[in-house]
Amino acid sequence: MADFRTPLSRVRGLGAARSGTSHFWYQRVTAVANVPLTLFFVGLVIALSDASFAEARATLANPFVALTLILAMLSVCYHMKLGMQMVIEDYVHDELTKLVLLMLNIFFTFILGAISIFALLKIAFGG
Amino acid sequence: MSKSAATRARPLSPHLQIYKPIPTMMMSIVHRITGVALYFGIVLVIAWLLAAATSESWFNTVSAIYGSWIGRLVLFGLTWSLVHHLLGGIRHFVMDTGRALDKQGSTRLATMMPFISIALTILLWVIGYMARGA
Repeated sequence: MADFRTPLSRVRGLGAARSGTSHFWYQRVTAVANVPLTLFFVGLVIALSDASFAEARATLANPFVALTLILAMLSVCYHMKLGMQMVIEDYVHDELTKLVLLMLNIFFTFILGAISIFALLKIAFGG
Repeated sequence: MSKSAATRARPLSPHLQIYKPIPTMMMSIVHRITGVALYFGIVLVIAWLLAAATSESWFNTVSAIYGSWIGRLVLFGLTWSLVHHLLGGIRHFVMDTGRALDKQGSTRLATMMPFISIALTILLWVIGYMARGA
């Protein structure tokens, strides 16, 4: 089959969406990171399921726990952004609604990420 | 220009509802549904973190809500969604390497999914209750 792409676009390899395979790649990178990070989080929640306020705070303030959870929230929220973007692009066909939802998706996931990192840092620094 | 009758009556390509449900298709759908459920369900987890960062009374309020039977039911569902989505992700990693893409292999892998995810979820909750009892 004839290739109608210009030599430049062939070299760039970014395709019609102008982003190439980066969506797929970051989906997989965050997915790989999420495996140990969410397992750690589930284990922590089980360990803290009947913890008092003071016990939960002390555990969450541990530097290793705090850092791991911050990494988990970063990776999870970015993974959520990528996943929901794909769902919106698949099912929402009205151009304006799609753009609005794509924006709301970015706001929602970044706000959730910011809130959780703020909460974790506040606990870690004893505020 | 108004649409002619022929344009409106154009046949559509077959879509989900006319296919017989098969394991790979069902697991693909469930993977997406559990992903969306986790997308909104994580708000509960972040509310818990924020309550822990705010005050003891907020922490106790959130703990009481999550500890109620309905809270536990929602958290159980969320745990299953996470376990299923995680296993689905691992299944995708396997398929990314070109393995289990044939009819038998992909069907076998997809069929195992609900059994493993439900078993692991129950196991996690048993461990959780045992940890509380200790």
